Amino acid sequence: MTLRLNIMAGGEAGQGVQSVGMILAKAMARGGLHIFADQDYESRVRGGHNFFRIRVSGSKVLALSEKLDILVALNNETIELHTGELKDDGIIIYNEEQTKVEAKGNKYFNVPLVRLAEDTVQNKLMSNTVAAGAVIGLTGCDFDLLATVLKQEFARHGEKVAKENVVAAKAGFDFAREHGKRKSGKTTQLLSGSKRRLLLNGNEAIALGAMVGGCKFIAGYPMTPASSILEYMADKGQQYGVAAVHVEDEIAAMNMAVGAAYTGVRAMVATSGGGFCLMVEGLALAGMTETPVVAVLGQRPGPATGLPTRTEQGELWFALHSGHGEFPRAVLAPATAEEAFHAIIKAFNLAEKYQTPVIVLTDHHLASSYTTVDRFDLKQVKVDRGELLSNKEADRITDYKRYLVTNSGISPRALPGQGKALVVTDSDEHDEAGHMIEDAETRNQQNLKRLRKNNGLKKGIIKPKFHQEFDAELTLIGWGSTYGAIKEAAVLLKKDGMAVNTLHFSEIWPFPAEAVSSVLKKVRKSIAIEGNATAQIAGLIRRETGYKVDSTILKFDGRPFSPEEIVGRLRKEV
Amino acid sequence: MVTVNDFAASIPVAWCPGCGNFAILQALKKTLVDISLEPNQILFVSGIGQGPKLPHYTQGNVFNGLHGRSLPAATGAKIANHELIVIGIDGDGGAYGEGIGHLLAAMRRNINITYLVHNNQVYGLTKGQASPTSDLGFVTKTTPLGASQPLNPLALALASDVSFLARGFTGDIEHLSKLLKMGIEHHGFALIDILQPCVSFNHKNTFQWYRERVYKLEDKGYESSDKTAAMTKAQEWGDRIPIGVIYRQERPVYEEQFPALKVAPLVKQNINPLKFEALLNEFE
Repeated sequence: MTLRLNIMAGGEAGQGVQSVGMILAKAMARGGLHIFADQDYESRVRGGHNFFRIRVSGSKVLALSEKLDILVALNNETIELHTGELKDDGIIIYNEEQTKVEAKGNKYFNVPLVRLAEDTVQNKLMSNTVAAGAVIGLTGCDFDLLATVLKQEFARHGEKVAKENVVAAKAGFDFAREHGKRKSGKTTQLLSGSKRRLLLNGNEAIALGAMVGGCKFIAGYPMTPASSILEYMADKGQQYGVAAVHVEDEIAAMNMAVGAAYTGVRAMVATSGGGFCLMVEGLALAGMTETPVVAVLGQRPGPATGLPTRTEQGELWFALHSGHGEFPRAVLAPATAEEAFHAIIKAFNLAEKYQTPVIVLTDHHLASSYTTVDRFDLKQVKVDRGELLSNKEADRITDYKRYLVTNSGISPRALPGQGKALVVTDSDEHDEAGHMIEDAETRNQQNLKRLRKNNGLKKGIIKPKFHQEFDAELTLIGWGSTYGAIKEAAVLLKKDGMAVNTLHFSEIWPFPAEAVSSVLKKVRKSIAIEGNATAQIAGLIRRETGYKVDSTILKFDGRPFSPEEIVGRLRKEV
Repeated sequence: MVTVNDFAASIPVAWCPGCGNFAILQALKKTLVDISLEPNQILFVSGIGQGPKLPHYTQGNVFNGLHGRSLPAATGAKIANHELIVIGIDGDGGAYGEGIGHLLAAMRRNINITYLVHNNQVYGLTKGQASPTSDLGFVTKTTPLGASQPLNPLALALASDVSFLARGFTGDIEHLSKLLKMGIEHHGFALIDILQPCVSFNHKNTFQWYRERVYKLEDKGYESSDKTAAMTKAQEWGDRIPIGVIYRQERPVYEEQFPALKVAPLVKQNINPLKFEALLNEFE
């Protein structure tokens, strides 16, 4: 039997909801289980209602599921809001002393979280850890897994704190084992899988991938959901050869990255829509100066400040058209954390090969959801720096032409200070040597040269994943982070006797028009499922292929799709 | 040995005859020869305006970027390759208008670059509109009611704890060249505000107008390490205008704080994916 378990921890901001969630997710991942976890929080530091959801499975999971097995309620609101999401045999772990809820029936399991913390380690702040222990106790997981994770997580606070957390967790674990067994029905012994996987979210995958792929410079201004990319690289960069700059504004971020990239290091920025708005003049500068720069655009609901801590896919067209004037670019939209790791490396390779900006389009859901992935094989990582001149070559050239007109549109690149070659670059239209010009002929030559790079760039883009079912009536089309939910919706539909095809884009521009046309010729009815209100991928398909997507399922309330929601709306709306 | 010919323009110069920019170009070339810098050791980063065209009229690596955004680009470049001598060049519009936020940030950070501001108190490239340093009441097409109170770049620089601050005048190339030399040799951010009359659009603040007013601080036994005295000098404008080194201090340089730069310039460090195995372990 495949194990499936949905756990939610809920409470106010500041109650440590996320830390309970992460500890549980890590412990289960160490037990060889697959995890998909996300957090839902408000734009505030204290109060409000937050929850952290963990889906645990014996096989790969890439989306949320709505029905809960265990709900850890650290406050009343959690019980009020989420009891309806419990499965028939689900249980609520709560603390009678904290929540004044009339607990009736089998599903309520009172665990004296605060008292156990006080009795064992004389510190009620560790009641969260008690709760984590209780969950592990109910699920039948091995306590050692939790103990190991706690020791690791709290190591930086000293050995005493780490040990106390283990003691507190054990108290919750024992309590649940002793009193909770009969209530639970969830004491399935977990398979102690031996395979160690990584547990990371989209932003961590991007930050890690960027560093692995040779990024040595990042500039940024904190903005949800992108901030943790800059934070991670600022932290680890000290040891791993990255300079991270917290800048005065996003205009500076982009121009700094362009300056660093011109000089010859792999450089990036990471922001959300509002910050990216400030960056786009600099993006065009990268296009004009043919500077390889990578921008991570983590979408959240807009316009303007929108819903800062929530998710949307409303900026596909913005990414495609950002910046003034016409210049080549690539837009990648990784579907999962695993893809995000590879996408950012590919982004640097494309940017340097074609000497032009590349945008990696993510969103809050992908950025902040955790998944288990197989350990990345670093030996397989390919770094392609494009047509960089060797030191010897750069030293031989005295009349270097940074913008030499070539058939591919790519001009061999020297770096300033590399040799005798002087690298002259201008945001004005320029001649081959990089000096500003105004004559029509040179303008045409240079503009066409830049745009010719699209021909090569096109070949670097992979076509969308098409999963075909025999005699399927429907084809579900998606892009980016909705992949997991759509894929699982297709599985649910098939179980229900309605097999559907899926077509999913993880790389969007240059648009793989021929591949898409040939797939769409084969399908009967198509439905675009997007996290926006204007069906942007459907519009893009129409523009690039002439094909009109038949129908849409759109969502723009800031919350991610679940597979169940897709199935439900498909039945109702389509 | 480099000579002034090594810094000769390879394309025609497109400034108005008599423009103060010629003097800045001449002083800069002289300075670069004096301190024996080769063109390939230098990176000029400029924005948009008549002054920022300067790098095209000499020899060196050039990043001629966006209006007001030269300092972020220069900062990125310096962090990526701190062996380059980075010289920023802007006008008063780019430096004190569009890019003022970047200037304040660059001075606070104390990134080791030299920033030349061709300050002619008017917009030349866009043909005669008021600039942030235009005198109060200066009437132009965009300010028919007269320009607002001018911004005081020197006082702002001091408030941002700039580590080297000087003002030069294009009517004295020798003196200007000395300031440029001190600025380039200074370890940290150097702002050199250069009074540069615009012969086409500013008929008030002319060569003659400046000549009657400027005086050299060093002739008056001025002590450039005293910040309070510097703040007083920064306020002096009108009948008498001080030129020379206004303020100088040593303080930690921005790019030197990065552990990553201690081994070698970032650009010279190889890319090696395999060194990240230990980082992956942290996610297990």
